Formats: sequence, structure tokens, C-alpha cells
Amino acid sequence: MEIALSSQLQMQAVIERPRRRRRSRKSIIPGFGLTMGFTLAWLSLIVLIPLSALFLRAAGLGWSEFLAVGFSERAMAAYRISFGTVLAAAVINGVFGLLTAWVFVRYEFPGKRVLNAMVDLPFALPTAVAGIALTALYSPNGWVGRFLEPLGIKVAYTPIGITIALIFIGLPFIVRSVEPVLADVRVDVEDAALSLGARPWQVFARVILPAIMPALLTGFALALARGIGEYGSVIFIAGNMPFKSEIAPLLIVTQLEQYDYAAATAIATVMLLASFAMLLVINGIQAWTRRKVDQ
Amino acid sequence: MSARLPNHSLAVRRLLILGALVFIGFFLVLPLVAVFAEALSKGFATYGAALVEPDAISAIKLTLLVAAISVPLNVVFGLCAAWAIAKFDFRGKSVLVTLIDLPFSISPVVAGLVYVLLFGAQGWAGPWLIDHGVRIIFAVPSIVLATVLVTFPFVARELIPLMQEQGRNDEEAALALGASGFRTFLRVTLPNIRWGLLYGVLLCNARAMGEFGAVSVVSGHLRGLTNTMPLHVEILYNEYNFVAAFAVASLLALLALVTLVLKTSLEWKFGYSHRSAR
Repeated sequence: MEIALSSQLQMQAVIERPRRRRRSRKSIIPGFGLTMGFTLAWLSLIVLIPLSALFLRAAGLGWSEFLAVGFSERAMAAYRISFGTVLAAAVINGVFGLLTAWVFVRYEFPGKRVLNAMVDLPFALPTAVAGIALTALYSPNGWVGRFLEPLGIKVAYTPIGITIALIFIGLPFIVRSVEPVLADVRVDVEDAALSLGARPWQVFARVILPAIMPALLTGFALALARGIGEYGSVIFIAGNMPFKSEIAPLLIVTQLEQYDYAAATAIATVMLLASFAMLLVINGIQAWTRRKVDQ
Repeated sequence: MSARLPNHSLAVRRLLILGALVFIGFFLVLPLVAVFAEALSKGFATYGAALVEPDAISAIKLTLLVAAISVPLNVVFGLCAAWAIAKFDFRGKSVLVTLIDLPFSISPVVAGLVYVLLFGAQGWAGPWLIDHGVRIIFAVPSIVLATVLVTFPFVARELIPLMQEQGRNDEEAALALGASGFRTFLRVTLPNIRWGLLYGVLLCNARAMGEFGAVSVVSGHLRGLTNTMPLHVEILYNEYNFVAAFAVASLLALLALVTLVLKTSLEWKFGYSHRSAR
């Protein structure tokens, strides 16, 4: 997953590398037909044909039924909860992920390398494990939950719990996309601004933030994209009450278990289109970043 | 490093570090500690018993089997895709790369659903499969398929930028000196990309063994038959058998820790980093 952030940038750069070689000069490297053929066949078999099956099935429903089951009251509530919690989590991650990246890049402290490696934990830890661990922590008698309970804060089995799980899932996206860019911010520019009398927060807002904004936005969008579809880490802590704490991916599973294939297909199609939209946004941000860099 | 910003007072710096540590502590360290603490809360005997129980053993075996099939498939695909994309010029390359990336942006639940729609009893191929006695959904083949789909880009997107960066001079030299295509791949390309390949395999394997959503949709949760470790954790947890659930979960957490350690040592020792995926 984490490869998502950076190599996407790199791949784009590589793809758009000017074609030095004209078609007339044939490469002596063999195996194009074989590797390309296998790549396309495997891609079609595993990804393209199954996804088309979903779209064809959805198209088979017809507009009126698609709208009726894909945007039913319960589905709308699930979208609201899914998009609301994922947005809240991404905003919180935007602030604390940036803080974490800042601290890792700028300061030295004991245990830094180990903690930095820990940031990738959400990529490596199975989502179900994260889900039950967070639930154990934030349930009313859990390590953290028992201190929040007297304050009247219920985390587990509420949208707050969903947000907590999504913060866990999204954290590395922000940190890992901001870190390398932050490390590249030229310190002499900051020193210049400081020596010209700028306050530290002004330097941050006027010099550093604009430089890292594209990376921050990319991380934000990647965290959103991952969070919208997230299932395993959320369902344990969510409580899964329809209209209250039921996320859209869970509603798909619920409908499927009740053999309501039409509803499952329609909601899945909406979610898939949302993912595609996020992908476009991410590519847009990266194209914009490249233009900025080129200037 | 800290001397870079002379105007930052020590207090501000300490406050920022403290804030980041608290954040990491609550969201990363504490959940990990909780897994092991809960697993061992009734002592080592109960912990061990939860791991050697027959359903747990069969879940572990199935998880290993699924990873043993899906990871090599993704390695072969990743090598082919990277070879075709990195060593040749053709139209539509960026579209192809985007399509390879696509599974990353699909919800695991949707990834499972598409196979139910294809092979399930209500699906397109379902009736034919039932007539011929082939079980795909609620059986191991669909678990492998769903796992391959969610881990699809892992190896490929690690190798593509790496092989593109390395160019084709080495291969062209070997070929010009008379090596066969396969020998060139084995002796020239493979040594060049070995750390990147290992890196991709590590991440691919972690995801394959830990996948929950996609597998949960297609598996049918048949205890002892189609239960992978993450699904077994869910069943135990929903039965309020928390200690056993966390015991199995602790094995998965160990897998995650081993993955992180290997990945980090690759980054430190060999200077390999996906971030600079050169």
C-alpha cells in the first residue's frame, strides 16, 4: 500500500519521460510478446473481467431500480457515515501526521528510528487484528475507554470509534508522503525569512506549508481513498447499527448475506465509482505537483 | 539537525516531539501492545491451547497455502509486467500502469463481491459450475482469487520504477555478447532487482496473509475448511472467546513485526527504499 504514494509519482515521471527511441530502432531485448501477452491476459482475468461483471450486473438493474436500492435511505446513511468519518480521520491525520513527519525530519530524539519504522505498522498489520485491538482499547472497560467513559465520551460502537480505526489506517499515507518533501525544504530559505524578521509560525505558514502542500494533499487523498473502502479494522469497533454506525462496505456485506444481490451490486458500484473519482483526484494533484516542480 | 532552526526554542521543540510521541503511542504502539497483552491475559497455557486447537491449525495451514499460491503468482506477473513496461516502448503504457494500480483503490469488500457475482450460485458462471460440481465460491479457489486481486499491484509497482530506472544497457550488453534472453534475465536483470523484488514480496505476503474483507466475502466462513487466520480471529472474537481471538491475532501481529523488521533492515542495510524506488 505504501508504495502507493511515492512510486505513483515515480511511475508517472518515468512514463512521461520523452521517448528517446523512435519506433524505427528496434530493441534487441527479447520477450516483449510473451511478457506483454501474459501481463494483459492476467490483468484481464483477475481485474478487468471481474470488475466489468460488476458494472454489467449494475447496468442490468436499470436506472430506477439502481437508484432505489443504491440510494435507499439506509444506503445514504451508510455513505454519510463512511464519507464523514473518513474525512474527519484524514483531517486529524493531516494535522498529527504532519506533526509526526516534522518531528522525524527535524529533530533528534532517542528511539526515533524504531518509531519511524513503526509508522508503517498499519500497512503490515492485518486489518482484523487492528480492529479487535482498537476495540479492546476503546471499549468502555478498555485501557483507554475506561478513562473516557466517566467523561461521557463513548468511542467504541459509535462513529468516533470508526474515525479512530480510520486514523490508524490512514496515518502512514500522510507521514510517508510528507516526510521526503519536508526533508527537501531548503533550510537557508527558512533562515533567510527568520533573519528578515519573520516569526517562526510565519515561516511555517508562508515558506514551509506551501512547499509541502502538494505532498500533504496527496497523502490526504490517498488516506481518503483507502479509508472509504476500509472494512476489517472498522467493523469491530463500529457497532454496525444501521443509520448510526454502519459503513457502506459493511452494508454491501450485509445485503450479500441476505441474498439481496441487487442492493449489494448497486452500493458496490457507487463505492467503486467513488474510488475511481479519488484516483482521478490523486492523479490530478500529482500532475499539478509536477507542473509546479517544472516551473 | 535541530541546530538548523536556531529560533525554535527548546520548549517548543520538546512540545512538538511530545505531541508526536503521544499520537504514535496511542495509535500505533498501544494497539500492538494490547494484542499481546490480551492474548497472554490468561497465561501461557491458555495462549498455547488456543493456537494448537484443530480449527486454529487448519486456519494457519489455509493462510499459508493461500499465500504460497498467490505470492508466486504475483511475482511472475510482476516480473512480466515490469519487463514489458520497463524494457520496451509502446503506446498506452500509462493506461496499463494505471490499470495495474487499480486494485489498490478498490474496497476489499468490492474485490470479494465481483467474484461472487461471477462464480456464486446467483452469478454468471454459477449454474454451470454447480452442474459440473466445481466449487469456487465458499471454497479455496475463490479465497486465492480474492487474495490475488487485492495484492495484484504489490510486486509489479515495486519493480516497474526500479527496472525503468536501471534502463536496458546492461541487458543489451549481455545480449550483444551472445547470452540468451532467459540467461540475460537470470544473470543480469534478476541480480539488479533482487532487493526490490524481495521488498515487493514482503509487502505482498503480509497483505496476502492478513487480507480480511475480500476473503471474508467469498469464503463462507466454514470452520476448519475455508477459514483463514484473520477470519478465524473474527469468529472467535464474535463468540466472545477473546483470549483465543487475540492469541491467533498475536501470530498475525508477529508476522507484521517480522515484515516491518525485514523491510526496515532492507532500507537501512542495502539503501533500498521504495520511496526512492530507483
